[in-house]
Amino acid sequence: MIYIEELTKIYPSKYGDVKALDGINIHVKKNDIFGVIGLSGAGKSTLLKCINMLETPTSGSITIDGIEMTTLTPGELKETRKKIGMIFQHFNLLSSRSVRGNIAFPLEIDGVDKKRIDKRVDELLSLVGLTDKAQSFPSQLSGGQKQRVGIARALANNPKVLLCDEATSALDPQTTLSILDLLRDINKKLGITIVLITHDMNVIKQICQNVAVIDNSKVVEQGSILEIFSNPKTKTARDFIKSVSFSEIPDELQKKIDKLELDSSEGIVIKIGFVGKITAKPIISTLVKKFDVDANILYGNIDYIQDTPFGTLIIELKGNNGRTGKALEYLEELGVSVDVIRGSEHMEHH
Amino acid sequence: MQIANLLIEPTVETLYMVFTATIFATVFGIPLGILLMVTDKGQILQNLPINRIFGTIVNVLRSIPFIILLFLLIPFTRLLVGKAIGTTASIVPLSIAAVPFMARLTETALREVDKGIIEAAQSMGASPIQIIKKVLIPESLPSIVSGITITIINLVGYSAMAGAMGGGGLGDLAVRYGYQRFKLDIMLYTVIVLVVIVQLIQAVGDFIVKQISKNR
Ligand SMILES: Nc1ncnc2c1ncn2[C@@H]1O[C@H](COP(=O)(O)OP(=O)(O)OP(=O)(O)O)[C@@H](O)[C@H]1O
Ligand SMILES: [Mg+2]
Repeated sequence: MIYIEELTKIYPSKYGDVKALDGINIHVKKNDIFGVIGLSGAGKSTLLKCINMLETPTSGSITIDGIEMTTLTPGELKETRKKIGMIFQHFNLLSSRSVRGNIAFPLEIDGVDKKRIDKRVDELLSLVGLTDKAQSFPSQLSGGQKQRVGIARALANNPKVLLCDEATSALDPQTTLSILDLLRDINKKLGITIVLITHDMNVIKQICQNVAVIDNSKVVEQGSILEIFSNPKTKTARDFIKSVSFSEIPDELQKKIDKLELDSSEGIVIKIGFVGKITAKPIISTLVKKFDVDANILYGNIDYIQDTPFGTLIIELKGNNGRTGKALEYLEELGVSVDVIRGSEHMEHH
Repeated sequence: MQIANLLIEPTVETLYMVFTATIFATVFGIPLGILLMVTDKGQILQNLPINRIFGTIVNVLRSIPFIILLFLLIPFTRLLVGKAIGTTASIVPLSIAAVPFMARLTETALREVDKGIIEAAQSMGASPIQIIKKVLIPESLPSIVSGITITIINLVGYSAMAGAMGGGGLGDLAVRYGYQRFKLDIMLYTVIVLVVIVQLIQAVGDFIVKQISKNR
């Protein structure tokens, strides 16, 4: 659906050029809710604006539904943009127009006749649950209501893609959830592909299927949300995950584990990560019964990413005559991810 | 009674000069202000050569003191209306002073429109013309109306100056009777009429602004 290849954006300035995007490669599948997360200044907004050419890329290519965006004429670009909706952190509604007028705006731009505009606006108002606010003005609405107007406006021309720039960053947690629900609904019901950028991992965790982590103008990690959560490869990704989930070991605990006196030469501390159905199985009791090892649970948590259970367990295994080694083998066979975080010096054969 | 009779004609003349010049200022100044804004760096129709040319013209006109502009424009006025004195002739320098003033006020008003809103309109596929008509002007309308009010009030002051140079109106009256014949009461009444005119214009302007921005 959306292919971004070797996208680079340089902002020239008197004090030296700013490379806001550096060789970005991203592929967003049709019907996906794709998240881009990164810290402030990482280049997220620039990336989103390049997708609909609000910013002109310095080099690279962007194709949406087979249309190469970077080579469109101004006229073609206007028409193409009508099929790419966009919503904003600060809503960007027209203060001079009522809710109805704001939602009608893109339709007027497109030259739709008055009657059809009225009908379409009514549909959109009910879709976002604002029918009773049609005559209100933006200044009379709450943040959540303003964003609903923004969403209705972005959907007016039946876009195939919806770009969201920090769409919930100005909202409280509860309102954020209701807006995310609305976005998920839109994605499901209307089949619209959504690209959303955020610095809030919670947003990603709530609704995204795939995610790209962007750091210092580069994509440092990309994959399904479960992949990233269960196996983050970069510190940036780990830090984001720590902010919303306890699947990463808290620093305090890490210090304690490092200092732990291990029971015997075969004592180990392992971290088990599980995703999906396996969390329902009694792994630990099986381990204890089958291999006659002692398991001391140091830390554990189970979390849900959308509907998938997702957990982390840190246990100290005690046992000798190779029993801890066998237990470890068993765990690996089960297909859970196992990391030996202490005692690995004795486990060369693994 | 006599004084009232004496005041009526110059008052009408002043209003005629001021409002005709206001029409010119609005018709030319507002589009010029829009041009200055949209052609500037990073704006929707960026065109720096055009922007520099018109910006310079506006700056030059605005830096010439009105009293000097009056003299400088005499040949031009004569060419345009056939004579250089009288109320109709005064409209020429008044308009030429007011157009760049109105242009700058309009430009400032348009700059206050949030860049995000312009970006949103662009993301919806709006053309520059549509953005000007449907975003920039409606969003800054209260400020533009305030600008027109300020321009009119400025023109009242300028018209008195033009009047004093033989252009008719209240300024003319004040100079001829009040100054040259030492009729201080007439001078005083002239000032009172001017104050009333300015107050009225301001009140009407404020009222319109309030009506427009009622819901915002
Ligand atoms: N118009 C511009 N001119 C010059 N530099 C810019 C411009 N826009 C962005 N930048 C620079 O590009 C870099 C990336 O900015 P961008 O706005 O994309 O970051 P971001 O990830 O969206 O950050 P935030 O989370 O704070 O919104 C920053 O260093 C910023 O200063
Ligand atoms: Mg940003």
